[in-house]
Amino acid sequence: MTGSTVELKAKDFASDQEVRWCPGCGDYAILKAVQRTLPGLGVPKENFVFVSGIGCSSRFPYYMSTYGFHTIHGRGPAIATGVKVANPELDVWLITGDGDALSIGGNHLIHLLRRNVNLQVLLFNNEIYGLTKGQYSPTSKRGTRSPTSPRGSVEHPLSAGWLAMGAGAHFVARSIDTAKELTTVLTRAHEHKGTSLVEILQNCIVFNDGVFEAVTDRATAADRQIHVEHGKPLVFGKEKNLGLKLKAGSLTVEVVTIGGNGITTDDIMVHNEKDKVLAALLLGMEAPEFPVALGVIYCDPAPTYEQMLYEQVREESPTLDSLLNRGQTWEVV
Amino acid sequence: MTTQKQRETVETVVIRFAGDSGDGMQLTGNQFTVSTALSGNDLATFPDYPAEIRAPVGTTFGVSSFQIHFGSHDILTPGDSVDVLVAMNPAALKVNLDTLKVGGLIVADADSFTDRNLSKAGYDSNPLVDGTVAPYQLLELEVSRFTLEAVAELKLSKKDGLRCKNFWTLGLLMWMFDRPRDPVHEWINKKFAKREDLARANTAALNAGHIYGETAELSGVTGYSVAPAEVAPGTYKTITGTEGLAQGLVVGARAAETEVVFASYPITPASPVLHYLADLKEYGVMTFQAEDEIAAACVAIGASFAGKLGITSSSGPGIALKGEAIGLAVSTELPMIIINAQRAGPSTGMPTKAEQADLLQALHGRNGESPIAVLAAATPSDSFEVAIEAVRIATHYMTPVMLMTDSYLVNAAEPWLLPNADDLPSFPAPKATETEGFHPFKRDERGVRPWAVPGTPGLEHRIGGLEKGFDSGNISYDPTNHQQMTDARAAKIEAIADDIPKQTVDSGPQTGKLVVVGWGSTHGSIKTAVARAQEEGLEVSHVHIRYLSPLPRNLEAVLKGFDKVLVSEMNSGQLLSMLRARYLIPAVGHNRVTGQLIRVDDLVNQIRNVLEETK
Repeated sequence: MTGSTVELKAKDFASDQEVRWCPGCGDYAILKAVQRTLPGLGVPKENFVFVSGIGCSSRFPYYMSTYGFHTIHGRGPAIATGVKVANPELDVWLITGDGDALSIGGNHLIHLLRRNVNLQVLLFNNEIYGLTKGQYSPTSKRGTRSPTSPRGSVEHPLSAGWLAMGAGAHFVARSIDTAKELTTVLTRAHEHKGTSLVEILQNCIVFNDGVFEAVTDRATAADRQIHVEHGKPLVFGKEKNLGLKLKAGSLTVEVVTIGGNGITTDDIMVHNEKDKVLAALLLGMEAPEFPVALGVIYCDPAPTYEQMLYEQVREESPTLDSLLNRGQTWEVV
Repeated sequence: MTTQKQRETVETVVIRFAGDSGDGMQLTGNQFTVSTALSGNDLATFPDYPAEIRAPVGTTFGVSSFQIHFGSHDILTPGDSVDVLVAMNPAALKVNLDTLKVGGLIVADADSFTDRNLSKAGYDSNPLVDGTVAPYQLLELEVSRFTLEAVAELKLSKKDGLRCKNFWTLGLLMWMFDRPRDPVHEWINKKFAKREDLARANTAALNAGHIYGETAELSGVTGYSVAPAEVAPGTYKTITGTEGLAQGLVVGARAAETEVVFASYPITPASPVLHYLADLKEYGVMTFQAEDEIAAACVAIGASFAGKLGITSSSGPGIALKGEAIGLAVSTELPMIIINAQRAGPSTGMPTKAEQADLLQALHGRNGESPIAVLAAATPSDSFEVAIEAVRIATHYMTPVMLMTDSYLVNAAEPWLLPNADDLPSFPAPKATETEGFHPFKRDERGVRPWAVPGTPGLEHRIGGLEKGFDSGNISYDPTNHQQMTDARAAKIEAIADDIPKQTVDSGPQTGKLVVVGWGSTHGSIKTAVARAQEEGLEVSHVHIRYLSPLPRNLEAVLKGFDKVLVSEMNSGQLLSMLRARYLIPAVGHNRVTGQLIRVDDLVNQIRNVLEETK
């Protein structure tokens, strides 16, 4: 029997099933990061539940040795919500992708975030449909050529972060499949009580290889990524001499060089993860004009759905007789 | 006590209250029902209201009606045709006149038969005077004026005063049928506790209507008395199909030693079940108003995975949307109940009207071979029993169970003998805890897999919609395994047939010339029609099927005991085709798709015709 008190290691969370993602897929790195994160969370193993929808990412639960439910396309958020409503003690992780969460299941994601059910959403965004062999996705950039858009996609991509903010999310973070910080972000997501959305930029080696290269390429990464931290100045760059500053007379940010044009560290904005407007500005930044914001971008806790739901249960525990006798009754003798 | 004029005794009466959507006809009908129940009569009611919440005043499509059939013997239907039609305006008369028996009584508010209202209802001349109502008795009363006079001292606005019209009418009808007013007074005082003026006004109107009946010389109209029906002693209340279902689910979950997560998306006519359960958190019921039909089904499935009983509810259009999710519950073999309140279709159809045209959708409306259990409720009180059965089957066989009801049945009401709490069933549904030799799809001798719930140490496992290996539960694409799993899922549903009551003959001989077969809410109509045919001396029996999947093991033998099988349904022949295909019997159909219940006289005719042909 797997005792709840046994100290667990990453390998204890690997199932006996052979992992069947394409060699080199970003999903492997995410799986490892999750397996490294779980032992440190102080949760009995039998309380973890991994729920997924459909897609490459959604095979994830089969590779975990926890309870898992591989459900139907787009509906993971609803199934996960049902699990939490039935038993709020369970520690639920929802694994989804850009197609699953933002296209077919968009409605459920919105309402999950709005309700603030206490669980973690790991949204693997590879900007393509992998399992169905390479069609463009709702996050694909305009012009993406794919089997269903041979002349280039004419659709504007959706921003997962902005969608989440619009839906009333209380925790939005972003990371990269192979990034070391992923475990830190996952731990923060778990700490947060409420729905934690973690968008993970994930490379699809077969159908969309290198789509995030502008951000992840080692040679330029320092200038194209900004790792945000609550209470710290929003600086980046190899020399940490670049920073974000609110453009005078507007609600837009600009990239400035500290030391140039009289700019000092004091001019640089300080990250405040409770600031909704700042979060929107950071989530909207795209390479190459801006660095892509990574880390916990927004975190402003609020009561969770299941907490409020169960608070409505009155102390009394009535008998069935009191239910059956509700309303006007009469006696026949 | 006032001197009563001689009352005429009648055995049964059908009254139809009809007026504008805003006239409070449902309320009037419900209050009359409570009083009638308290008078000891058996009864059946049928609210018939438009889908529009407040259609333009005075129009025919804004007419809302409430029909009650009560009497001193068994009452099984709300009645084919009515004895008394209360018409609060011309539109109400126009829409309902053809339901009135020739010689029946019209009670009309003469004040509302204005030129403007007549024209809105599409009348060129006043039907009360132009001969239209000549075949009937007419009681033409200035209800509006009388009501305003009754409430005059309360100094209400004219608008508020006129809103008491329904209570004046109710008072008159309560005089006419000798109903007690006390329960209505109680209700008024409770309802208008914060508006004492309105409580007094409605009470005054009610009493004024009653006094009017007592004192006025109403030509040709007398008071009636309806003796109480002979019923078993005990505590009773009126119960609607909705209340029966909701209470049955709670009682069933308690019997299974689990709790309920009821997830639904509002849809006519299923929403009242969600409304009723939403306030029962202390009874172990969590309700969840989902963002859509699909989410509702999925929340239920997630809840069942986590160890509570997930239930969802809807009507045809929503059931269609839930199809994929129900398939997931079939594949993962999780308990789930789907309340299916059928309405007239296809598409949006007629949401407030009854139909039974979703039987085949219930049985087969999913991709792949995906058998589920299907039960149908017959009456409001039967809804209670069937809901308990649905819980038992879902939790003991790890399967979705679809529970069929319809637009008529969810709103219909009848008196119900309250069950004794000690007599309530108990059928605990155990959860797996044993880790030795565990795998999630390991079947017991009935072919049922264990309910292994997250949070249980050592039973961590993965389930999903992909095909599973028979011996391990792991993903499998093996051809022979798929055959084995398909067979196992079907066999599990078939095995339920060993655990349900045998099919009985509802009335009439066990074998013979003709059996009328039905399912669902047409039970009362068919039973009444068969009884009437039997009174005529015709040899006919009645079989009512509650278990539609799996069918009772002896159903074939029962049906083959009759020369002719007549299947009466509110569809184009769905059970009929099932029975013909499965048992190779030359059954014939009596099929009506009008949005209304099967008419008793229509079915009696059909019974005569079929027996005539066999001569």
